[in-house]
Order: sequence, then structure tokens, then C-alpha cells
Amino acid sequence: MTADLVLDVQGLAVEYGTDRPARAVDDISFRLHRGEILGVAGESGSGKSTLMTAVSRLDRPPARVVSGSVRYHPRDGAPVDLLSAPPGQLRELRWDRLAVVFQSAMTALNPVMRVGAQFVDVLRTHQRMNRKEAWKRAAELLELVGIPGDRARNYPHEFSGGMRQRAAIALALACDPEIIVMDEPTTAVDVVMQRQILAQLQELQARFGFAIVFITHDLALLVELADRIMIMYSGRVVETGTASALYRAPQHPYTLGLRDSSPTLRGPRREVRAIGGSAPDLWDLPAGCAFHPRCPQRTAGCDTTRPPLLVRDGHGTACLLAQPAAARPATTPNGTEEGA
Amino acid sequence: MGGVTLSPAVPEAAARSRTSRSAVRQIWGSVLLKRIVFYLVAAWAAATLNFLLPRMMPGDPASAILLKMSELGPVTPDRVQLVHRLFGGAASEPLWRQYFSYLGGLLHGDFGLSLAFYPTPVSTVVRSGFLWSVLLLGVSTVIAFVVGTALGALAGRRPGGWLDSVISPLSIFVHALPYFWAALILVYVFAFRLDWFPLSGGAGPDLAPGFDPAFISSAITHAMLPAATIVLTSISGWLIHMRNMMASVVNEDYVLLARAKGLSETRVTTAYAARNAVLPSISSFAVSIGLVVGGSLLTEMVFNYPGLGSLLNQAILNLDYPLMQALFLVISMTVLVANFVMDCLYVLLDPRTREAAS
Ligand SMILES: Nc1ncnc2c1ncn2[C@@H]1O[C@H](COP(=O)(O)OP(=O)(O)OP(=O)(O)O)[C@@H](O)[C@H]1O
Ligand SMILES: [Mg+2]
Repeated sequence: MTADLVLDVQGLAVEYGTDRPARAVDDISFRLHRGEILGVAGESGSGKSTLMTAVSRLDRPPARVVSGSVRYHPRDGAPVDLLSAPPGQLRELRWDRLAVVFQSAMTALNPVMRVGAQFVDVLRTHQRMNRKEAWKRAAELLELVGIPGDRARNYPHEFSGGMRQRAAIALALACDPEIIVMDEPTTAVDVVMQRQILAQLQELQARFGFAIVFITHDLALLVELADRIMIMYSGRVVETGTASALYRAPQHPYTLGLRDSSPTLRGPRREVRAIGGSAPDLWDLPAGCAFHPRCPQRTAGCDTTRPPLLVRDGHGTACLLAQPAAARPATTPNGTEEGA
Repeated sequence: MGGVTLSPAVPEAAARSRTSRSAVRQIWGSVLLKRIVFYLVAAWAAATLNFLLPRMMPGDPASAILLKMSELGPVTPDRVQLVHRLFGGAASEPLWRQYFSYLGGLLHGDFGLSLAFYPTPVSTVVRSGFLWSVLLLGVSTVIAFVVGTALGALAGRRPGGWLDSVISPLSIFVHALPYFWAALILVYVFAFRLDWFPLSGGAGPDLAPGFDPAFISSAITHAMLPAATIVLTSISGWLIHMRNMMASVVNEDYVLLARAKGLSETRVTTAYAARNAVLPSISSFAVSIGLVVGGSLLTEMVFNYPGLGSLLNQAILNLDYPLMQALFLVISMTVLVANFVMDCLYVLLDPRTREAAS
């Protein structure tokens, strides 16, 4: 599996604004393998969408990628850094290799174009189909997600929210891509529809073998869907690991809080507790670990030392509690500070 | 997990969607019908108002007209009757009889004789003025709209880009120029100083209107300057309007998605961004194309151009009621026709209005 790397992101950092920039994505690295589902979870404002637009080169001012690389590894040939690829090459890779599904599928379809036509133009661009073939293919793709093929002639406003969401997913499949980046593709629909869409997504993924970066704030949902999960807080990765390990035994207090704050449909019943406080202002991040003001387990040093992401056996955690004892500043066991 | 199969549409669903499609077509048909009815009612209301206005005026326009006509030449009895039909005055006939004979006359384009151009029929006078106006103002309004909107789309495609920072301030400057002043400057430079174009008129005075090359080329050189003033002063309005719409539409998700699809920059700009951004401009265009005929007064006076604006001016100066009545009717009908055409076009361009209107 490790040989089949398809996307390799290293040290990616994105800022908003120029005179007093805010770092919405800070030094993020991850690898995506063929056929893998990587989940990205975090509260609202943690930088998930910013990460996704930067990776797919869809960032617009005032967002600015300040460092890092996003390497796409084709099946044959040398890797391509998407961040420095010339526009022509990038255009060829887009949708053919890397497709996206937006957070707001409601507004992602052009309101004045028939839904099918929005499949047809991309099919004609990348697959060199003629008009008739492309319309036929558009109908097939819609049927793949359970929408009758003749609805391709409808306009987006004639679709329900769930249909639009599924159409957006079908659209992403159009050119049989290797990677699909999905930004909360199911937030706008009810839970039943959400389950249905995810089940379809899993079947499609098993059938076509594309890799997915799946962004959501719903950790419980990711656990069922993803192979690996990455937890973001204030633009940084605080924990990463396999879905089961991360959910069963979270190492970072934030992951623990996130897990316990979302109800699950399956698994044992747990008490639902919200994380106290709110996400910090990007322009005014606390010193040390950004989570420490809200952390129930904070110890001395949390407000001064920013813990690096330490990876052991494929599980990474950025928390002083999880660092080897030697690396940790001396504290009393129960976390209270010794009097001066 | 799973349980949802990827079976294609069940037959029921397919049948349902087929009926919904024919329903959509029906709605579309009924929307068109509603619009036609609406515009017919509006046209009837305008005609009726035109009938009532002279009858509600203080004094007696009919006798004033008849008096003036008798000064210009002998007046036959059926001319007298026509004047009464159009302007009332003679109490011999009940109002509703007058109204129906007025409507009947309208259908035949019979507006009586012009006093200012006695004894030319009003319909002949209006027809020639209408042609001049539509040619000059129609063509230059369309040019201003098309060029202004295209430039606005280019400028708004990248707000803050170099094209935007050149075009937008320039067009705001041009927008601030008063029409009269701009027109006089153009006349001074290009007609008076350089003598490239004639100072005024619609065509050379010694040429008879018709489809011969000499007349057409003369008409075109005469139209150049007035057209230039109209284009120059109205282009920036379209440009700024489109630029602002475009600047906001390029941030829409569907434009971002179009870019993500790897479509060519031209296709993203035209089919996705501009296609949506132009919709509000189309509705304002309907208004301005309707006003072409009535709004031509200033241009036609500056250039002494023989269009409807000049005619209206002369009709007022000469108290030519028949001509005025016909002009008002023509102006309101043009506004209605232009709006109807644009309405239909808008429905074609924006699929969402098909339902909203029903
Ligand atoms: N255009 C922008 N200008 C300035 N700051 C921005 C802009 N867009 C996002 N941000 C900031 O960047 C941070 C990350 O935003 P982002 O949209 O990536 O969050 P998210 O994790 O996707 O949140 P959500 O779950 O609500 O979608 C936020 O603090 C936000 O305020
Ligand atoms: Mg987001």
C-alpha cells in the first residue's frame, strides 16, 4: 500500500491577508494512498476548507500558500508538484485525476445550465467525447447515484437538495479520477439522506478505487467511513492515526473532546459532552499549545511549549501528555503547579 | 455497512420524471401566455389613456385643431369627423361610440393630418421619424450595451487586476461627463475643426431617402457623430454595472467548480461567470431600449437629427395635437414591445424565472 502513494503533501502553510496575515493552515503534511479514504475532522474554523482549496489549487486571494508542496504521483511518470505546475498542465490534471466536491453542493452547480450540460462540458474537455456520447454518459453517471438519467435535462433548481448533493458526487466521478477531495459533502442534507449518500459513496469507491480526502466536523461519521483520520485544530494537525485507533483510544484531549461531543448512531451509548470554550482567534493564537486554554488536562508547560506532532507506529499526536517523559517539562502528577 | 444498491432508476421514478418534464413545458407555455395577455392589457390601457387625455384637457383641442386646419386650407367634412373621433369635442356622439371608432382608427394607423407638416398624414411623418430614431439610437444603444458589457466582464473577471485598474477608473470618469458637454466637444473637434463628419441632419439634403448607395453612405456619415456621443456617454454605465456583477459572481462556488473542472479560462468566464452576471444587465437593457424612442430628444436637438425626438419638439412648438397623440402612442408601444421581447429573452436565459413567474 505504501508503494501506491498518490498525493504527498509536505509542510503546507496558508495565510489570509498580507499586512497582518493569519495562518489558517500551518505546516500540514499528509500522504494519501491509492484507494484510501483519509478523513479530516475539526471544529468550524479549524482550516479544513482552506487546506482543501490549497491542495486542489483553488485558493483565491486573500488566501496565500506561503510554503510547502503538494505532490501528485501519477501511475506512470514523475511526480508533479501541483503548487508549481504551469496552468496548462494543471488544467489537464484537474478533474481527470483530481476532482472536488464542495461544502456547498447547493451552490456548486451553475443555475443557468442544465445539470447534464455541466457533465458534458467536462467530459468533452477531458475525454474528448462527442456531444451525444457525453450526454449519454451524463445520464449514466446520474443513475450511478440513484438519479433517473432523464433528469439530466433538468436545471439545478429542479433538483432537491439531496439530489444536488448526489449530482455533485456523480460529477466528481465523471472522468474516473484518482483523487476526490470532498468538503463536507453531506452537511446540507438530513441524516437519512446522509447515510444513503455515504453508503453509495463507499460502494462507488470500492468499485472505482479512487482515493478520498473526506472533510467533516463529524468525527463519528468519519470513523465508519475513513481508513485514517487527521484531526485539525487552529490550522494544525493535533492527532492522526487509523480510524479505529483514533476513535477507540484518542491520545489528544481535543480528539477526546471531539469524540465525546458527537452522538453516534452505532456503538455503545455514551454521554455527550461539549468541549468548553470556543476556537481561538487566528489573529491572536494563545502561546504554547493552541488548545491549552480549553484543555481539561493541561499541565505546566502547555502554555509555553508548542508540542510537535510526534509519530509512533503510524499514530501521531501533538500533545505534551503523549510525549516521552524525558521530553516533558517536570510537572507534579496531578497537574497542579508547585508553589513558589 | 451499505444496503443501498446501485440499481438504476426504478421504472416508477422514470415515469414520474417524464410527467414532471411535460409539466414544466406546460408551465412554460402558460407563462408565455400570461405575459402576452399582460402586455396586451398594458397596450390597451396606453391607447385608452391616449384617447382620454385630450378629452380631459381644459378647452377644446378639437376646435383648436379645426381652426388651425382651416387656416391652412379647406377642410372636408370627413376630416372634421376624423378630428372629432380622435379628440372628441363634438357632443353629437356618445363617448363609447367615439371610443370604438377611435380604436378602429388606430388599428388602421389613421391618426389624421399633421398640422406642423400640413397636409402630410401623421402616420407618414411618424413612420419616417421612427426609422431615423431606431436606426440611430437603436444601433448605438445596442453597441454601447454589447461593448460596455463585454469590457465590464473582462474587467470584473479579475477584480483588482491590471485590466480592472485601467478600465474601471476610466469608465467612472467618462460616466461623470455631462452628455451635452461631451456632444459639443465631439462636434467641435470632429465636425467643426477636422471636418470629418457633417455638423447636423440625417443625410445630405439633396438626396432622396431610399436604398441607393449614395443615400446610405450619407446617412451613415451623418449618424457617426450622434452615435458616438450616445455610445460614449452610455457605455460606462453598462461597463460599471457588469463589472460589479462579474466581480461578485466570480466568487460563486459554481465558478470555482468550473475552474476545478479544468475547463478553459474562456469557457469559465463566458458560460459560467458572465452568463450569470449578465442577467441583471439584460433587465436594465429592456428599460433603456424602450426609452430609445422617447429619450432621443437631446441628441436629436444637438444634431438636428430628423428622428422622433425632433418631431416631438416640433409638435409641441406648433401645437400639433394629432402628431403629439401619435408620438405618445408610438413611444409607449415601443416601451411595451421592447419590454416584452426582453422579458421573453430573460425567461430563456434564466431557467429559474420560468417557475417563479407561474
Ligand atoms: N476569505 C477569508 N479571509 C480571511 N480569513 C478567512 C477567509 N476564509 C477563511 N478564513 C479564516 O480561516 C480560518 C479557517 O477557515 P476554513 O473555512 O478553512 O474553516 P473550516 O474548517 O472549513 O470551517 P467550517 O467547518 O466552518 O467549514 C477561519 O478562522 C476563517 O476565519
Ligand atoms: Mg469549511
